[in-house]
Amino acid sequence: MSKDVWVVVETLRGEVLEITYTMLAAGRGLADGLGGRLTAVLLGHNAVPLASTLGVADSVTYVDHAAVADFTPDAYQRTIAGLAKGAAPRAVLLGHSSMGMDVACGIGIELGTPVIAACQTLDVKAGKPRYVSLTCGGKVLAEGELPEPTCLVTMVPGGYKPQDGKKEGAPEVTRVAPPTALDDLKVRLKGYIEPEAGDVDITKESILASVGRGIQQRDNLKLAEELAATLGGVVSASRPVVDQGWLPTSRLVGKSGKSVKPRLYLALGISGAPEHAEGIRDAECIVAVNTDEKAPIFDFAQYGATVDVLKLLPVLTAKIKQAKGN
Amino acid sequence: MEVTAAAVPTTDRSFYDEVLGATAQGDRLKLCLQCGMCTGICPHGFAMEYPPRALIAALRADDFEPVFESEEIWLCVSCFACTTVCPAQIPLTNGLMTRLKTEMLLKGKVPSELRTALENTRRYGNSLGESPRRRPAWASDLTTPVPIMAQAKEPIDVLWFVGDYASYHPRVQAVSRAMASIFQALEISFGILGPDENSDGDVQRLAGERGLFELLAQKNGRAFGKYEFNEVVTTDPHAYNVFKNEYPGAGFAFPVKHYTQFLAERLEQLKPLLRHEQKFKVAYHDPCAIGRANNNNIYEEPRQLLKAIPGLELIEMPHNRANTICCGGGGGGNWLDGFVWERAHTRTSEWRVKEALDAGAQILAVACPYETPRFEDAVKSMGHEGGLIVKDIAELLADAIADQGRDG
Amino acid sequence: MNIVVPIKFVPDLVEELEIDPSGVALERTYMRLIPSEQDEHALEQALLLKERYGGNLTVVTLDTGDVDETLFTAIAKGADRVVKVLGEGFAEGVNNHAASSVLQAALEGIPFDLILTGTQAADDLDGSTGPLLAARLGLPFVGYVTGVKQEDGGVVARKEYPGGLVAEMEVALPAVLGIQAAENPPRYVVTSLVMAAMKTAKIEEVEAGEADSSGAAEVARMYLPEPSERAEMIEGNVDHVADVLVTLLRERGLLA
Repeated sequence: MSKDVWVVVETLRGEVLEITYTMLAAGRGLADGLGGRLTAVLLGHNAVPLASTLGVADSVTYVDHAAVADFTPDAYQRTIAGLAKGAAPRAVLLGHSSMGMDVACGIGIELGTPVIAACQTLDVKAGKPRYVSLTCGGKVLAEGELPEPTCLVTMVPGGYKPQDGKKEGAPEVTRVAPPTALDDLKVRLKGYIEPEAGDVDITKESILASVGRGIQQRDNLKLAEELAATLGGVVSASRPVVDQGWLPTSRLVGKSGKSVKPRLYLALGISGAPEHAEGIRDAECIVAVNTDEKAPIFDFAQYGATVDVLKLLPVLTAKIKQAKGN
Repeated sequence: MEVTAAAVPTTDRSFYDEVLGATAQGDRLKLCLQCGMCTGICPHGFAMEYPPRALIAALRADDFEPVFESEEIWLCVSCFACTTVCPAQIPLTNGLMTRLKTEMLLKGKVPSELRTALENTRRYGNSLGESPRRRPAWASDLTTPVPIMAQAKEPIDVLWFVGDYASYHPRVQAVSRAMASIFQALEISFGILGPDENSDGDVQRLAGERGLFELLAQKNGRAFGKYEFNEVVTTDPHAYNVFKNEYPGAGFAFPVKHYTQFLAERLEQLKPLLRHEQKFKVAYHDPCAIGRANNNNIYEEPRQLLKAIPGLELIEMPHNRANTICCGGGGGGNWLDGFVWERAHTRTSEWRVKEALDAGAQILAVACPYETPRFEDAVKSMGHEGGLIVKDIAELLADAIADQGRDG
Repeated sequence: MNIVVPIKFVPDLVEELEIDPSGVALERTYMRLIPSEQDEHALEQALLLKERYGGNLTVVTLDTGDVDETLFTAIAKGADRVVKVLGEGFAEGVNNHAASSVLQAALEGIPFDLILTGTQAADDLDGSTGPLLAARLGLPFVGYVTGVKQEDGGVVARKEYPGGLVAEMEVALPAVLGIQAAENPPRYVVTSLVMAAMKTAKIEEVEAGEADSSGAAEVARMYLPEPSERAEMIEGNVDHVADVLVTLLRERGLLA
């Protein structure tokens, strides 16, 4: 049985996505614990330079082909499955993301390999590799052993610091031919569409007043806007608010929105599900207000209160105005 | 505002007939003189392109599509003012407005907040989307427990119907605790349904969801039917309105009182308990649903209770009794503040607060679970924080009783 | 365009979740099951496509609990057929590998061009139903989709990436799409229409074949997170909380 760990590198338009480094940090620990090698699997076209920050891995397996220049589920699934079939690594780590989740199950069914989803941490106990996954909006944890001999794992951020998985200097890059034919693909990339321009870039703001379901009505947004304006920041939001159309997607914080690194992140009526929490991991100071004392947001926040956010906002705004006036 | 188009429009002559047939005496619509009394008295009439009079004209002219397109039927808060003043006695609120709101729902033209409130009611039996198991949680910390009907060991005299907001909303839970203390002080044998209680369904009905109301009526009716009690007493005017006027038609008839009626009957037992002075000028806001709605006409009992509190000076506001100013929470309005604000740029709740302040009130007394949070919000949004206190009559009574160990 | 929408029922997170005595699964006694939110989006997207392009819409679900109301609601919203798959042990919970194998069998004899399902569900521990079903059926899968249109005999799916970037993917039919959000929020359907559907519509019932649950990892322990590194909670009323926050902000130089 192999002791090797693979990490499938995620890239988007010439950049390595941060989840890759989380996986490399996790993979490094797993490979070391098992006494095996950590290999980064990179698909692309003329993409060798992208290997330059994958130094945490022992080696890079690189497949170069026009059909995998950009991510498409069909081409990536065939390629990764083809590579894994021959080598049967102990574990293949993919992102629990728009890319990883498209292909993990397909690879699993093709190879007869189990899939573990939403994994946050991996470690080795008594020689056995183990996983801890999040489920039910982050309210429940599940753990167990990685099935033998091979297992696919989709990983969520948060269990590791991405910088622990990032190291300059490409390890040994082995270029291999695509293991399967890449013609007659059922999914092709037509093109990319940029997000709406002309609105605020929340990733550049240092103070964010972020609203979630707890804001209850569109009418109440102005309470958050007043607070944000008083603090010199802007309003951002979690998925439910954007889905209702109360704020544009450019304001969305989280897995399908933006990762923000403000000095202050006010989570107002946000429960803190993993998809949202992903976007605020680098916030310097998170203050969460939610009437549910069990809301997962309080696991990420430095400060919290269970008062009614609709009552707090005007009072807080008024007191800040006063404090600034002095 | 998020709206989704769904079913095919239904306006043809049969729609007019449907409106006429929507409620008892609905065909009185044919007697409309186009006098405009309804429009004049409507709290949002000024903001409507099609106030009630114009709606009837449009119906008769078979020119209804523009009305549906404008979506402003949702400006109606089902306050019954129009119904009260109509010289032809057309059941405007129950008939015309409710049927029009149903049509808006069928067309998928529902503001998202209202949609959520209706879906929550469907799934959880309350508009707030809270767990039904936690419905009696407001009572769990009380020193004297509130009996839950399913666990009652003895026959109970009064089944107290608490309601959604009074069970789950933090501000209104305080009113429920005050009410419990009054029942206990009077040694009333009472109980609540607890997790078996569902929303009474009145505001959902007035928002056009007749089917949802009927579902809730069945659930509550069957829950009531499991127990023996002498009467239902409720702190919720909408529950009172619908138990008295609509539940019998759904097959469930039982004696029902609003808590102010119940307590006014027992004024002689209550008075000696009201030991602690409440030296305030208090203006009483008449809730639409126990007052002018369906001629329920409960006006004097709440005033009797207030006058019985030592030290309390009761003052009247110009808009009182049948002429009250709606808090804006009825007929779906409680979830449509954003929608209303975008069009009207005023709040009826602020209008009422201003009237209370102008009358010299220190306390605005209310008797409906929507009113406490709505008027408190209005006091704040007008910048009068601390200038006017809002309290339910139950809270004022409990303060006057003010036992050492009163929770709340 | 004929479409199938599989709907998965998941624990309602409004209720308190508890672990059952075995320690490896959720306690189901008081658990409320609701249709997965993204599956409701998938249904909405399917209804929009039916309105645009015509075709038959079939909704399928495993009989894991109180599913009938959801199926009748789908009819009231515009679905043509609703199918309930009966199976032993479904009420105790089904992993996605098992569910997808059951669905694969249930879909034999139902012609379709597209399968739309939520891109993930709250309790997915062994991958998601959509890609598993696609793999079993040998069909292409694209997930995180927020828009679909017909083009050149296939469809173009809008796929979301972080930061709001969207990739347009040309997908050959038949295919499976994992819906992140429909182009409109799921529509409201009036209760009386659901009641009417309950009286007039029929839920087709089929027996599940063998369920193949292999492919899911064993859970050795399921537990609720300890509130260890939790936030420092500020107690007290709104006024007090606001005062504490102002002090905090000032100390951190955020009131400059």
